[in-house]
Amino acid sequence: MINTPSVDWFSISTILVLLGASFVALLGAVLVPERARRTFATAVSVLGFVGGIVTSVWLYVDSADGHRVVSDAFYRDRWMALSQVILCGIGLATSLLASEQVARSRDEHISEFFSLLLASAAGMAFFVGSANLMVMFLALEWFSIALYVMCAIDYDVEGSLEAGLKYLVIGSFGSAALLFGSALVYGATGHLGFAEIASAVGSQGLSGDALLVLGLAMIIAGLGFKSSSAPFHMWTPDVYEGAPTTVTAFMSAATKVAAFALAFRVLRTAFPQEEHLWSWAFAGIAVASLAIGNLAALVQRNVKRMLAYSSISHAGFLLIGLSAGSALGGRALMYYLIVYAAMAFGSFAVLAARERELGVPVTLENLAGFGWERPFLGVAMWFFLFGFAGLPLGGGFVAKFYVFSAAYRHGWTWLVIVGVMATLVSLYYYLAVVRSMYMRPSEELRVAPVAGGAPPREPLLHVAVGLALAVSVGSLFAVEPLIDLAKHATSSLPF
Amino acid sequence: MTASSLTSVLIWLPIGAAIVIWVLPLSRYATGSLAVLVSLVEVGIWIEQAARFDFDRGGLQFSQKGAWFEDLNVSYHVGEYGFSLWLAGLTVVAMAACVGYGFWVGRDRPRAYFGLMLFLTGATVGVFVAQDLLLFYAFFEAMLIPLYVLVGVWGGPGRLGATVKFVIYTMAGSLFMLAALIVYGLQVGTFDLVDGPASASRWLFLGFMFAFVIKAPLFPFHGWLPDAYREAPPEVTAVLSGVIAKAGVYGMLRIAIAKFPEPTSYYRTLMLTLGAATLVYGSVLAFRSPSFRGVVAYSSLAQSGLIAIGLFSGTNLGYDGAVLQMVAHGLMSAALFLIAGTVERRTTTDEFALLGGMAKGRPALATLLLTVGVISLAVPGSAAFAGEFLILAGAFQRAWWWAVIGAGAMVLAAMYMLRLISAVLHEARGSTVGDEAMDLRPGELALVVPLVGILLALSAWPAGIAGHSFGSEPPTQSVEAQFK
Repeated sequence: MINTPSVDWFSISTILVLLGASFVALLGAVLVPERARRTFATAVSVLGFVGGIVTSVWLYVDSADGHRVVSDAFYRDRWMALSQVILCGIGLATSLLASEQVARSRDEHISEFFSLLLASAAGMAFFVGSANLMVMFLALEWFSIALYVMCAIDYDVEGSLEAGLKYLVIGSFGSAALLFGSALVYGATGHLGFAEIASAVGSQGLSGDALLVLGLAMIIAGLGFKSSSAPFHMWTPDVYEGAPTTVTAFMSAATKVAAFALAFRVLRTAFPQEEHLWSWAFAGIAVASLAIGNLAALVQRNVKRMLAYSSISHAGFLLIGLSAGSALGGRALMYYLIVYAAMAFGSFAVLAARERELGVPVTLENLAGFGWERPFLGVAMWFFLFGFAGLPLGGGFVAKFYVFSAAYRHGWTWLVIVGVMATLVSLYYYLAVVRSMYMRPSEELRVAPVAGGAPPREPLLHVAVGLALAVSVGSLFAVEPLIDLAKHATSSLPF
Repeated sequence: MTASSLTSVLIWLPIGAAIVIWVLPLSRYATGSLAVLVSLVEVGIWIEQAARFDFDRGGLQFSQKGAWFEDLNVSYHVGEYGFSLWLAGLTVVAMAACVGYGFWVGRDRPRAYFGLMLFLTGATVGVFVAQDLLLFYAFFEAMLIPLYVLVGVWGGPGRLGATVKFVIYTMAGSLFMLAALIVYGLQVGTFDLVDGPASASRWLFLGFMFAFVIKAPLFPFHGWLPDAYREAPPEVTAVLSGVIAKAGVYGMLRIAIAKFPEPTSYYRTLMLTLGAATLVYGSVLAFRSPSFRGVVAYSSLAQSGLIAIGLFSGTNLGYDGAVLQMVAHGLMSAALFLIAGTVERRTTTDEFALLGGMAKGRPALATLLLTVGVISLAVPGSAAFAGEFLILAGAFQRAWWWAVIGAGAMVLAAMYMLRLISAVLHEARGSTVGDEAMDLRPGELALVVPLVGILLALSAWPAGIAGHSFGSEPPTQSVEAQFK
């Protein structure tokens, strides 16, 4: 006789909704005729993510007092709920994008694509609420495996296969590090639950224990792989470049949200006594990410690759907020994630449109004149890039202000200076993209769309980009409400 | 409509109009007309404000404060002092002339162009009226975005290099300002410029000043200036030197000097030296420059130095003169660059070697260029003379040698302006100057004459600005009280 724990089904409703949608989409692969499959799968996916948003917003409203559910394995609190809202938002935008952008030749497997998308989002939604090391690892593998397959979904394109394989190998390495670290922490404390680890460390005086510290270091490394922070970033440029751009858009935005939301929770909940260690470790990783991401991006001609390096450098900025470890740092992190997710998704979505138009990878050269040919997408890209660079055309500016403030409050003026220098360097390559979009006419470079004539009408892509643009610009004006959301979310973590 | 909300209208009306222009598929003519109309409405709103402004009262007027995010005490706080009123006025007037110029010459891609010009207007007014550090910073940066595109898309052949240099330079400065303002704001617990107390930190002072000396610019931080002024379209250069550069010196007055009294006096000699070096260096380069725009560009550099001398002299006369000179020089350089643009349109060049003899058959052009030229070489009785005299008198009160350097530079100013006038208008007819007269058209006159008219009015009554910038108290008291 096995004792089954009582389950608060509502607390995992977002995950259930997404999983349910995933199954329905998969059923569509057998039951729905091929010509209607794309529409059907898109509709299911959109409905699934809208449902996910509804349930997670509801959870946010209804979980003012955070607590653990299901045998203390899962958190039902606002930190989890807010992360889920962001993840579902990204998923929704990705569904719109994928409907048009996943190659026509994939029609017969389009249901599987959406099913995987929903499944990986469900995994991430699970990941951000995990309350013990076991659940954390399980959820990590869950969404990672879905992502590996999505990266390789264009299996007859060499780059896509390579991306999937590379992500699989290096991602597994990261998972292994995380697992090994978890084992060491379990060995040192005898507990799996985050809160129990902290109390065991406190009551048994384990702070600074070699086994525990080694375990912590390996957990940090494992999460570093997922969040593509230097020096665990080496897979990022190749995978981002090789994966279908739709998948890159999803991955760059959603994986960061999941990895950072969880990392902050684990560190605050399980390792508060080791704060002096992990805050320095993260400050170091932040500096490395800022340096490597920005310097490598300077020399890229392939825009997708450049944005991959830019995402490494943004991991650095996020880590500045993380390393501060304070409530202010948590708010900064959440706000930054919302804005960053919108900008990252949006910029890759715009690239997807250009890529589809040209049929070749987008480089700085063949982006020439794009801004004038497709005014809306051009202007949107303009906003995303300037937002990345921290110019006040959107929330990217306030986000940087917040993480720097958090670092300063923590007493790390030097980290503010490093961040400022990194921003300055990043400006050069972001402006390079704007320059080639607007300042060099395409006639000059003799680049014409392959198909000729007007570019394809892509209403769903425009909606998706419009959503991302609305979030990234709106966040500049709605700082207060967003920060309030983040504040309530952060207050469910122990400080 | 209450007087306070007029300040916000002054910022957001052009930005809103810019969005309308970007979104609505209007024709070229309608777009240009709408832009000109909006910039004239801006001037109208400003006149209304100036009429309601109480010049005897110090302190902030037309202020409006709302929450932006309370978490870190950042607010949307705008309002005007006497001197910010004048600078906002300079902005709307010069921008109206420049938008009109863009309409007159028929810039390509009108919707993008006029939208950006209006956006720039709003952002620049925002810099002069923002009373919250982060808001100030946001507008300070927001100016850069339209400028980058305006120079990069509509500029000359070397525009790509010029824009990169311009943006990297100015961002380098302003990012250090961002670091400094975060430290300042979190130390004192508010980002409000009116409520925030004075600070004695020299590092913070330097952080802020770094941004301002690049924007102004002062020697040796002017590396971006020659390329940007040469490659930008003439009306954008007019904005850059007439208005945007003033944001730098305005920042020195509003933030660096007012909030950091102790560091200001500690670094006073350094800043005066930078100002004097800029003045002399700019004047010499202007004298050596082989082109119309080059002379005006370097003379703007020199004037930034002079204004900095006025501000850092820390005397009543110096402050009054600096504010007067900011406005007067803004109008002069805007007018000169617009005239340079009209000359370029007629001859395709601004090189002195290819110009000359343009006065013949072009009385309007000759009269206007001569008038502005003579005003800007600070002939006694002109607005620039009043400004420079006040600044030098203020500098003299600090120490006599600053005034001597300044006076020497005024001689240089006479030399380079006369050289410009004779090289363009007189001497033998240049190879690019056609036989047919092609004097200024009514459209062009309508743009330049108002600027010159205001300059003449200021020449007649310089105290209109010099005596109405800091309330009825002496400026030094007002600065000491941080304009409260």
